[in-house]
Amino acid sequence: MSRPKLPRKSTSIDMTAMCDVAFLLLSFFILTTKFKPSEAITVVTPSSVASKVAPDKDIVLITIDKNGKVFLSIDDEVKKQYIAGALNSEKNLNIDVAAFKKATFFGTSFSQIPSFLTIPEADRKGNLLPGIPCKDSTQNELVDWLKIVNDAYQGQKMNLLLKGDNLAKYPSFKNVIYAFKKNNFLKFQMVTNPETVPVGSDLYNLHQSKSDSKVE
Amino acid sequence: MAELDTSGGGHKKGPGVKKSKKLSTRIDLTPMVDLGFLLITFFIFTTTMSQPTAFKLNLPKEADDHKDDTKIKNSGAFTILLGKDNNVFYYEGILDPTGKNFKSSNFKDIRNAIIDKKRHTEDKDFFVVIKPNDESNYKNVIDILDEMAINVVKRYALVDISEGENQLVLATEKAGTPASN
Repeated sequence: MSRPKLPRKSTSIDMTAMCDVAFLLLSFFILTTKFKPSEAITVVTPSSVASKVAPDKDIVLITIDKNGKVFLSIDDEVKKQYIAGALNSEKNLNIDVAAFKKATFFGTSFSQIPSFLTIPEADRKGNLLPGIPCKDSTQNELVDWLKIVNDAYQGQKMNLLLKGDNLAKYPSFKNVIYAFKKNNFLKFQMVTNPETVPVGSDLYNLHQSKSDSKVE
Repeated sequence: MAELDTSGGGHKKGPGVKKSKKLSTRIDLTPMVDLGFLLITFFIFTTTMSQPTAFKLNLPKEADDHKDDTKIKNSGAFTILLGKDNNVFYYEGILDPTGKNFKSSNFKDIRNAIIDKKRHTEDKDFFVVIKPNDESNYKNVIDILDEMAINVVKRYALVDISEGENQLVLATEKAGTPASN
């Protein structure tokens, strides 16, 4: 009972090809990657079936963190300059306009803005700040904020965005909406993570029939 | 590939020149591949492929008088109440004083309830009222608004919960009949 002898082959494989593939993929990922900007306010957004990509220009973003604290950020520096001027004249706050322009977000009551602006940029963390006070309808500084924002934009296109954390309680959301309504901001968008439409649902069928009619 | 031919050359060295040991130019590429794949995994995990999307919501105009309020038919109304711990409750039409038509549900089953109601009511009468209570969180609200989008409910409104309904939600939650069961 002797088996035919198989020729013994070397177990070492030529790794060159594999190495090529690995580095090809590596270069692809290096080039396509876009690092998440380190966020001062940590927010985990819920997901929705909405398919429109969130705008990234002319935004006025209201953030609600998981403790219900409210923050405001505006990307346009010219508008921020206007807002700083308006706050100085209306509330006598003595704000450093240049620092206000550079600040990426605001999360304190009006009286605390000057001291907030003295904090170095890197140390402004959402969890250490009190947030814009808007506990209820009587004491809602967000209403004033948005009023000034409205003046600053004055009919120009502005994307009002709301970004809330999964765990934020409904009352904080309600108070933000209250501030929107007070300023007649009746259209706004909520930032969410994309999610696929469940198969068989009405929206799915709608999409299907739309894409079918396009084909025809 | 990646190998150099080192054989041959036929170069005779003179006497007295020590013959150096010929080293193979074949390099073991395994660690390099390892490193390559390690970096690939790193970049795959850190890359942000999905852009955040935005979800539109239009608010009704706040009027002091309730003259212009949208009138809805009782038969077409469907009220969803959101409680804590992702509890969902709903009733059709007007809430029965005895709470007979007050039903518990969860985020999975509510879709069927909405579809069922939608199929049995005329399109123009169908109206969903969403009432989150103070214990519900932002995710619940978005989820239920998303449910409206999924089921193509054209008319819905976000309304404050009334005291009576809130009590009923709290009582049901306390009674230990969570919607998930």
